Amino acid sequence: MKILVCISKTPDTTAKIAFTDNNTKFDTAGVQWIINPYDEWYALVRAIELKEAKPDTVLHLATVGGADADPIIRKALALGGDEAYRINLDGADCYQVAFQLAQLISKGGYDLVLTGKETIDYNGSSLGGMIAGINYLPYISLATHLEIAENKAIVTREIEGGEEVCEVAFPLVVSAQKGMAEARIPNMRGIMAARTKPLSVVEPIAQDPLTTVTAFELPAPKAGVKLVAPDQVDELVRLLHQEAKVL
Amino acid sequence: MNVLIVIDTAEGIIKKSAFETLSYGADLAAQLGVNAVGLLPGATSEELGSLGQYGINKIVHVNPDQPRADDPTVLAGLIASVASTEQCDVIVFSHSLSGKSIAPIVSAQLKAGLVTGVVGLPDTGNGFVVKRAVFSGKAFSHVRIETPIKLISVNPNSYKVNTGGSPATVETLSLPTAAPRVLVTKRQKSSNELLLTEAETVVSAGRGLKGPENWGMIEELAKVMGAATACSRPVADAHWRPHNEHVGQTGVAIAPTLYVAIGISGAIQHLAGVNRSKVIVVINKDPEAPFFKAADYGIVGDAFDVVPAFTAAVKKLKGV
Repeated sequence: MKILVCISKTPDTTAKIAFTDNNTKFDTAGVQWIINPYDEWYALVRAIELKEAKPDTVLHLATVGGADADPIIRKALALGGDEAYRINLDGADCYQVAFQLAQLISKGGYDLVLTGKETIDYNGSSLGGMIAGINYLPYISLATHLEIAENKAIVTREIEGGEEVCEVAFPLVVSAQKGMAEARIPNMRGIMAARTKPLSVVEPIAQDPLTTVTAFELPAPKAGVKLVAPDQVDELVRLLHQEAKVL
Repeated sequence: MNVLIVIDTAEGIIKKSAFETLSYGADLAAQLGVNAVGLLPGATSEELGSLGQYGINKIVHVNPDQPRADDPTVLAGLIASVASTEQCDVIVFSHSLSGKSIAPIVSAQLKAGLVTGVVGLPDTGNGFVVKRAVFSGKAFSHVRIETPIKLISVNPNSYKVNTGGSPATVETLSLPTAAPRVLVTKRQKSSNELLLTEAETVVSAGRGLKGPENWGMIEELAKVMGAATACSRPVADAHWRPHNEHVGQTGVAIAPTLYVAIGISGAIQHLAGVNRSKVIVVINKDPEAPFFKAADYGIVGDAFDVVPAFTAAVKKLKGV
């Protein structure tokens, strides 16, 4: 069994969102970077659990990014995994990133490819589906449970108004969300071990992005809260009905 | 060249998000001066001609004698095929759970640029530029699609629904399907009757409620408001409420018209999931709760006093 977990570097959840260069670039000044939580807490931790249950499982990690992604991939290796790849490209859109990972996956012969359901910066929810589409692999999105049987994966995915259990033969691509696993904290042994795990830098294959970000924009600031006294709930309902017109 | 709109169904029933997507697609087609064609794969019990009310001209009903395929790759193949025969160079999806699963596969199959979570019609003055929410609702980006075929998925609750269009023509079509590789063995509905991402009004509660036994008054308020119920992450993690009710950065992101937050402090991770709500009401006994900074209306008070009074006041307004 060979698993690849796709890891993305994202700004910390509490990072201040601002833009530079006439609102065309994300302002990285003072931003703390983390492993995208969906990649870490759900995709990676579930893969580690599968390896713990079957120690002959091979677990690789991959990211697409510049050298500034190395601390993030080392942090992921501190949680678990045997080795990692960094494809040396600042991806301009999701397709470009998916294309690079798809090439690595077809060479690596992975049985299971795991991604988070989305990154918390671009919120595209597209990477897993694009990888699956490029390599013609089956795709299960928004998975909340994943079990491995003899020669297939048994995956529960969220659907509109409920969930369904699917069976898919290997190889396949799964995007992971809440429910899949519980967040872990790396221990000292993991952090020490991560320093010597192989991290290979792979040069990208030429592929243009299909989309271009032309500008960013911050939402208009809120006007400020209108407070109503706790014994004046009727007044709140009147405001919601007559002023905000939402009741 | 035309605009193709993919219509989401669940067990043959058209989802509310599809009405927004159809309206969006129809308005986009009008903007481009082309036809809007709806695509509905699989069996349905609905009368499809009436979907013309949202402004579309034609519905292509594919494989009406089979249930909707479970494998997103199979659906992606059908969509690509109809886009080609109907001469569509824009394909519009809902940014729903189903759209998130299918649209990226179509993008890869057609090598066509995809922008997900779109919140408005494109600017076609200089290329094809769409606005979408990024950084978990904390910002927007404008994205230009560079490929001849353009794919977009529309965020739920971000586009108004059209009315009054004349009936659409309905064409049924049988298409061969690829062998499915995803076998669904079990399907179950969640207990939350109203779909959280589609709900106009959401009533949400947090740790301030002290325990799961106190959710009766939240459900009562939600019922009189016609709202879906939601909760904060600590509440879901403590198993007071099911995980599918957790809204926030790592849970569900929603954009209802009215979001009522009760006993939730409003940590930045929670705000990331709800900051696209049109109106936010915060009820919290701590006047320093950060949520008040993001709120439109607020009451500093004890939920156990305010919520029953709120329910009574809404009942009075609605005359029930």
